[in-house]
Amino acid sequence: MLSCADIVKLVTDYYEGRLSSAERGRFEEHISICPPCRSFLTQMRTTVELLGELREEDVPPAMEEHLLAAFRDWKRDE
Amino acid sequence: MTRVAMAFVSRRPVAEEVVQETWLNVVRGLDGFEAKSSLRTWIYAILGNCARRRAEQERRFVPLSELAVEEAAGDDLGMSRDRFFEKGRWAGMWSSAVPPWDGLPEERLLTSELRTALLEAIDALPRMQRAVITLRDVEGWPPDEVCEYLGVADGNQRVLLHRARAAARAAIERYLEEGTGC
Repeated sequence: MLSCADIVKLVTDYYEGRLSSAERGRFEEHISICPPCRSFLTQMRTTVELLGELREEDVPPAMEEHLLAAFRDWKRDE
Repeated sequence: MTRVAMAFVSRRPVAEEVVQETWLNVVRGLDGFEAKSSLRTWIYAILGNCARRRAEQERRFVPLSELAVEEAAGDDLGMSRDRFFEKGRWAGMWSSAVPPWDGLPEERLLTSELRTALLEAIDALPRMQRAVITLRDVEGWPPDEVCEYLGVADGNQRVLLHRARAAARAAIERYLEEGTGC
């Protein structure tokens, strides 16, 4: 029987589909009877979703200025 | 991109210069871009080249595979052992509650404060963990592309991702605890 600490340790391998089918079975057996671990799994899923919303901020204004200037020069040279 | 460049060159000001150089090369090279790869792959390839060259000039280049092995070493759960009973019948079981976050109103999860807290947590990570979580979870790359790009083994990539995600989860937890005053 896996412990809750094992679940924490294996959660990424579980989400990445890298557990063997036996390990996966034990993992799912544990979470089916353990509400705190289900809560933890939801937290991890939420974490990954929120990270996805951090998607790179736009080009910083100072750099944009610099790039636009470079782009204008480059166009002029052509 | 700065966070990814920091895997190669470590220091932020240098990484920012590398990103700037990358964009200049992108602008100059755009005409030559053939859509054999996605624009994203092409831009990141330029970033990787600029960053490696810069790291070599500064004699600071350490193979990222070695850094990844160092950062992935040790037996780290990704969470404090204090959260679990150490001994007895309940050994390894949660010793404190895991409160669900989903009871919180949706908008609380997307405030600019939380965004800042998450970015600070990512910035505080060791550089390979920072690069892996940025490429995987922020930029949404598949694992094999991240391994190839950084030149790290798949197993190490997963350990780094695990630790970085655990740090991000902890940052959200702290943020929510502070916000609700408990």
